[in-house]
Amino acid sequence: MSKVVVVTSGKGGVGKTTTTANLASGIAALGYKTIAIDFDVGLRNLDLVMGCERRVVYDLVNAIRGEATLRQAVIKDKRIETLYVLPASQTRDKDALTLDGVGRILDELRAAGFEYIFCDSPAGIEWGAQMAMYFADEAIVVTNPEVSSVRDSDRVLGLLDAKTRRAELGEEAIKTHLLLTRYAPARVAKGEMLAYQDVLELLGIPLLGVIPESTAVLQASNAGTPVVLDPTSDAAQAYLDVVQRFLGEERPHRFLESAKKGFFSRIFGGQAATA
Amino acid sequence: MSIMDYFRRTQPKSATLAKERLQIIVARERVRTTGEPDYLPRLKQELLQVISKYERIDLDQVSVNVERSGDCDVLELNVVLSESERAAVRAAVSRGGAPASRNC
Repeated sequence: MSKVVVVTSGKGGVGKTTTTANLASGIAALGYKTIAIDFDVGLRNLDLVMGCERRVVYDLVNAIRGEATLRQAVIKDKRIETLYVLPASQTRDKDALTLDGVGRILDELRAAGFEYIFCDSPAGIEWGAQMAMYFADEAIVVTNPEVSSVRDSDRVLGLLDAKTRRAELGEEAIKTHLLLTRYAPARVAKGEMLAYQDVLELLGIPLLGVIPESTAVLQASNAGTPVVLDPTSDAAQAYLDVVQRFLGEERPHRFLESAKKGFFSRIFGGQAATA
Repeated sequence: MSIMDYFRRTQPKSATLAKERLQIIVARERVRTTGEPDYLPRLKQELLQVISKYERIDLDQVSVNVERSGDCDVLELNVVLSESERAAVRAAVSRGGAPASRNC
């Protein structure tokens, strides 16, 4: 039984690729045969974030066009036995992705025994984003607590409802999950940032997790190592919780409150404690 | 917390502002994407032209709505004829509104 999961958001830069890399790594580390596919044709970033950019020979578009077999295009991760990456092409050809082609690739991956197939969507709501979501069984909508991101997520939820295979065939709707990233509890407490409850109320879909803003995320992408592989940071632990919740386990949400201000920071103005 | 924060506190928090703005824009966009088709204004204009050939009416006395009930889309056309016109013309046109077309 395999599951196609699209990681999408509408707005760019909110953490789709980071989320794809971490969920795929986290789930694969538990022994599930998992692949992450980069749908951002023309740009290609997932390979960098996952640290396999130097091993890219063929890509998704080569596989769709039959210029390479799927086996040749797929890259096996060196750290996790059951993790694979299918990189995006850098072609500028807009019609490189076809509905038939993507459907065929997903069928082949299912036949090859992949249990989780993550589709990393490009930003926007154009063709590439629609290709990434079309065949999905579940969708993770990545949102920042910020007005433009929330609005774009709402638009994407409309597309998931209308322009996907499940919608067109009248099948059971795609299961949607909200993942709030770059959350800064201290700023929420000050009334400078939308609280997760507000975003939940606005978008009306179940909360999969809240990832706190963390320097570890940038450091991880600098190194090409998904943050979950070194579970010392808040962000890594939050992502590992998300992995467990995604697999159906109940986990309380963490990192929603800012750390209590200490005695010294109260006296001396406390930038350090709120940062 | 500095002294300036104390004065700023009287203004609404920006997060509250963000939430209110989003509630409005999201509600409006949901209606637009799931609700009425975009030809409605034109349809209304053309219907008005046709009806005005026979009856004197105002644009604001014609309403065109699409309502969704279950799997069924109902296009509802309402034309209100004014009292004075009715007396003058005494036309045997059905007054008030009735569903004009059904598309199931």
